[in-house]
Amino acid sequence: MAMNLRTMPTVVYLLAVLVFIYSPVVVLVLFSFQDGLLPVPPFNGPSLQWYQKMWGNERLMDALINSVLVALGSGIVSTFLGFLAAYGLARNQSRFTSSIRFLLMSPLTVSYLIIGVGLLITLNLIGIPKSLFAIGIGHVVINLPLCFAIVFSQFGDHLRNIEWAARDLGAGDFEVFFLVIAPIMRPALLAAFCLSATLSWDEFIVAFLLSRFEVTLPVIIFEMLRAGLTPEVNAASTMVFAISMTMVGLAAAFIISRRGK
Amino acid sequence: MNKYHLELRGVSKEYAGFVAVESVDLKVARGEFLVLLGPSGSGKTTILSMMGGFTVPTTGHMYIDGHDVTETTPAHRPTATVFQDYALFPHMSVLQNVSFGLTMRKVSKPLRHQRAETALETMGLSGLGDREIHQLSGGQRQRVALARAIAVEPEVLLLDEPLGALDQKIRRQMQVELVRLQKTLGVTFVHVTHDQEEAMSIADNIALINKGRIEDYGPPDRIYLRPATLFAATFMGDSNIFSGEVVGNQADWVEIKTQTGNLRIAGSQEIGTSVHIMLRPEQIKVGSSESSDTFSMGVVRIVDVTFQGTHRLCRALGGADETVEFLLRLPPEHAVSPSDCLSIYALMSDVVLLTR
Repeated sequence: MAMNLRTMPTVVYLLAVLVFIYSPVVVLVLFSFQDGLLPVPPFNGPSLQWYQKMWGNERLMDALINSVLVALGSGIVSTFLGFLAAYGLARNQSRFTSSIRFLLMSPLTVSYLIIGVGLLITLNLIGIPKSLFAIGIGHVVINLPLCFAIVFSQFGDHLRNIEWAARDLGAGDFEVFFLVIAPIMRPALLAAFCLSATLSWDEFIVAFLLSRFEVTLPVIIFEMLRAGLTPEVNAASTMVFAISMTMVGLAAAFIISRRGK
Repeated sequence: MNKYHLELRGVSKEYAGFVAVESVDLKVARGEFLVLLGPSGSGKTTILSMMGGFTVPTTGHMYIDGHDVTETTPAHRPTATVFQDYALFPHMSVLQNVSFGLTMRKVSKPLRHQRAETALETMGLSGLGDREIHQLSGGQRQRVALARAIAVEPEVLLLDEPLGALDQKIRRQMQVELVRLQKTLGVTFVHVTHDQEEAMSIADNIALINKGRIEDYGPPDRIYLRPATLFAATFMGDSNIFSGEVVGNQADWVEIKTQTGNLRIAGSQEIGTSVHIMLRPEQIKVGSSESSDTFSMGVVRIVDVTFQGTHRLCRALGGADETVEFLLRLPPEHAVSPSDCLSIYALMSDVVLLTR
């Protein structure tokens, strides 16, 4: 590969940025393989002992299952509600359309801490106890605007004509949705689901505020940290990170597959 | 059986503070090829959309075969629409697209398959049933959209600028095919376009739409040769339009004073009315007026000439002080060059008197 003097600074800069972004993660992952009691240098050689310990940690494994349940459940609900909102808004253009769109999307800018505290008070008021279910509600609140934004961006005039064509040919609401709209929107729906499931999987503040006995992975990792630094925390974090990256990768793949057509 | 297949009575469509279509009356005979022609934003697509049932009129009624269908949903009308962007289902194969309407009508699979294949064959798409939509060319997509619409055997086929996205050559070819298809199927066609040449070459009747109203309605040759209004005259191709004033009238003729001289034509108007007269470029002839049914338009000086194969299109100046512009269409063998001077005349009977 020919690298001349002009491209060299660009490449160096790119590498510097990548190192800056990824070094914390690399260090975290590296010390999850630490052969020793502390996840600090020097690195004593690769070992899977902490992963083994993690698999044996019942509380951690329970949290893993809880996290999966909350991520899948809140992901499905957020995507479904986001789709309905996008569909409704795209189909019924009025002078309020842009205001409604703004209202639906502005929670994206609100801090999770504020949403969490607000939810804590609201759920307490209406009598829903701190639980996995409460965390799920919280994650739907956080992720619905995102799902709405992703799906709404894919509704255009051409889709309206496609829907009209289907109705013209005799399709009812049910057929329009299941045979036409949903298959065409599938990449956007899958991308919205993958992103919201990932954000739920990673989310700490709302899960921390709304959980009591049943906790999710980020919450238990936080608890383990408070007890002391061990490579087991690194191992658990590595697992969270690996799954997040996979989901985000899938979401990106769905979005790209959509553009390709 | 009703005399008219499709009928619109006083149909209007208003959107917040803006009238898209204003009390349109329209009658379409069974098996007629009607073209809704007009500039963009004239309301022609809204009229088509109301015919298809996608837009509900604010006032007025619409009848198909004598039945009031004003409030009927698209699915329950005997119409099928071909959309401007084709609106094909991108996730289905060509055959699935074409048989979609039949699937919705619960037609049995073998019959559905057979009818879809017949529709594909009619559109010259035999053997392409397994293709994906994104593998097709623009012209092929257009044919699939038509095949999908005719597969449900509609009584009225509505076409929204279906040839707009095609290149010139395929367009011409599709115009011929549309007419052939319409005559074979015997189905009533309503076709929207902004291209007056396309309209003239395919229509039985043209409804010229402007600002939400029907400006002129009739067979293409009538609208071209004897347009009803100034707008119709200018929209339907090149024309020479001169303003004038009625200076005399008798029982069946009027005398009009124009910048190129006076002339007498059939009609009746009050003295003092300002009018326009129109002549198509090919109706202006070179030479001197020698018979009683022609009139001289003086001498013009050629400004520029464009050779167009079948004719030479010339811009010329004439009248007093060369202030009047003429558009002439001279035969190709008549060689002229700029600054040549020609005597011109026209037939009295070719002149169209426009009062609106």
